[in-house]
Amino acid sequence: MNLTVRDHPIAFVVAPTGRIDHGSADPFLLALQEVIPTCSAGSRPLILDFSAVQYISSAGLRSLMVAARQIKAAGGRIGIAGVQPLVREVFAIARFELVIPCFEDVDAAARSLA
Amino acid sequence: MKKVVFWGTRGSLPIALTADAVRHKVMAALTAANGRRFASRSELADFVDGLPFATAGTFGGHSSCVEIVTGGPEHIICDMGSGARPLAQAKLAAYGAARPQVYHVFISHLHWDHLMGFPFFLPMYIPGNRIVIHGCHDRLEEAMRLQMRAPCFPVDYSQAGATIEYHAMTPGQPHAVAGLTVTPHRQLHAGDSYGYRFAGQGRCVVYSTDSEHKLEDNGERQGFIEFFQAADLVVFDAMYSLAEAVSVKADWGHSSNVVGVELCQAAGARRLALFHHEPVNDDEQLGRLLDETRRFEAITREGRAPLEIISAYDGLVVDL
Ligand SMILES: [Zn+2]
Ligand SMILES: [Zn+2]
Repeated sequence: MNLTVRDHPIAFVVAPTGRIDHGSADPFLLALQEVIPTCSAGSRPLILDFSAVQYISSAGLRSLMVAARQIKAAGGRIGIAGVQPLVREVFAIARFELVIPCFEDVDAAARSLA
Repeated sequence: MKKVVFWGTRGSLPIALTADAVRHKVMAALTAANGRRFASRSELADFVDGLPFATAGTFGGHSSCVEIVTGGPEHIICDMGSGARPLAQAKLAAYGAARPQVYHVFISHLHWDHLMGFPFFLPMYIPGNRIVIHGCHDRLEEAMRLQMRAPCFPVDYSQAGATIEYHAMTPGQPHAVAGLTVTPHRQLHAGDSYGYRFAGQGRCVVYSTDSEHKLEDNGERQGFIEFFQAADLVVFDAMYSLAEAVSVKADWGHSSNVVGVELCQAAGARRLALFHHEPVNDDEQLGRLLDETRRFEAITREGRAPLEIISAYDGLVVDL
């Protein structure tokens, strides 16, 4: 798993790549937590660009849950964009679509959340 | 070990099918029949057998009770939930009161849904029977006696006709019982719970219920992968969705279908039985959960041998 932070006019965009599994769930969470303080109430939403994520395990989903709850507690907003079909199925089976809204792409997420 | 019989599969509290649910099933069956006429009873039976399980069957509502049939003379039972009552009736029908039997009962933990069937387990009232209750909790005997005492129950524990013995087990240690090697494993649950790994006659069954998994704890994960290693059947607490288990229901002591599949995949287990069903879930929801769990296994298989997934229901018999 690699993670890059991208510029976007109305959002913070974080783009992980590869596999978010039991080995990379912790670094994934730590990287998200570095961004979370800047996503508090009134600032731009955090959008996770998942278009290059091939796999996410339960531990990776847990990291997402922790990050989402921290952002919501701080009054911020979070969304996921561009999820690949199989990963999207995993989201649905694990009932994560109810936790974090999923969007077609980053721009759609930004328009909806900003 | 020859087979596993599920007598009670519901989590936390027994439930019963309601009149409304039965009506719903009848309507679904008649809709599927679409006016068709059946030439014989067997043709009708074939049609019914082809209906979805949620229409023609039900997962049942008894709380945890699972039997492992070894083929040997002694009986092996996991937990004494309300499913122990139909189990007791089946044993009496098979052996009568005149032929004394030995029952080995393994108790996961002392919560009521796992003990409440004991006062209705008729062999305990029959002199000559021997019941050995195995477990890892210090207060095991106290808890068994507690529920059979006024004002909670009309028959006092002292009325038991059978010989009842207690066997304290040590987690992580293999114990020889009824020709099997039984190893308890400590699990995360209020007041602790214990899973049991049964090995013998070239087969292995793991009973692991009321067990929460902390996904961030790699040591815990490795411990369970070892505990489930190459099992022919893993009976797994899949009460919640993963999202619930790591958020609103974190620390409630239960797990999810997703974690069950991941642990069984990592352990190279052959078959996973979803167990300890949420009482709120009806047959259709449980049927959908099973379909989704099978799909999850397929899309995360990655070159491994397929893991067979079943959802336990009251009355299910699994050949090992
Ligand atoms: Zn329970
Ligand atoms: Zn419990």
